[in-house]
Amino acid sequence: MQSVHDRGGRPDDRPIDRTEHELSIWEKRTDALVALLGARGLLRTDELRRAIESIEPQRYESLSYYERWIVAVEKLMVEKGVLTSAAIDRKAAELAAQRAR
Amino acid sequence: MTSESARFSPGDQVRVRTDPSQGHVRTPTYVKGKTGVVEKLYGSFGNPESLAYGGDGLPKQPLYLVRFEQKDLWPDYRAPSRDKLLVDLYENWLEPAT
Repeated sequence: MQSVHDRGGRPDDRPIDRTEHELSIWEKRTDALVALLGARGLLRTDELRRAIESIEPQRYESLSYYERWIVAVEKLMVEKGVLTSAAIDRKAAELAAQRAR
Repeated sequence: MTSESARFSPGDQVRVRTDPSQGHVRTPTYVKGKTGVVEKLYGSFGNPESLAYGGDGLPKQPLYLVRFEQKDLWPDYRAPSRDKLLVDLYENWLEPAT
């Protein structure tokens, strides 16, 4: 069965969306994070690709390009024992609470 | 990199294997089973199918640029019949076309 990321040749009558968009700060940070993790030997390009490809198809389709990257980074950091899901969730909740104030 | 360890040379006709893709592979499904011509050998690189899972990527795989005719890839291809598609493919996915 063809994986969701393996796009070539899927019939589609829609015109190609050529709109450009300026990257948001969090997207640029995600890109920088991946570069930094790579430089530190914590993540490889091949691993990032594999983790992106492993995203459940329906979810994959609903995520934007950098959303897939950051989901993959989280999967890999947990897989490698760098962070736990609990620690990530705790920090995310903390940051959300700070922003809400 | 020793080019003599590479199985194919520019000009060779190669066919892409039709094995199911297990895990991370760099071969797109739409070229599987298709025949193309080797344009060039880039060199040998760590196998992404191993590197993707924390492996050492050995043995290194020769990586080729392979040229396909678009009309061979897509049914009912209506654009100019000289159109080509160039795809980077690792040696473990290629066999000689006879």
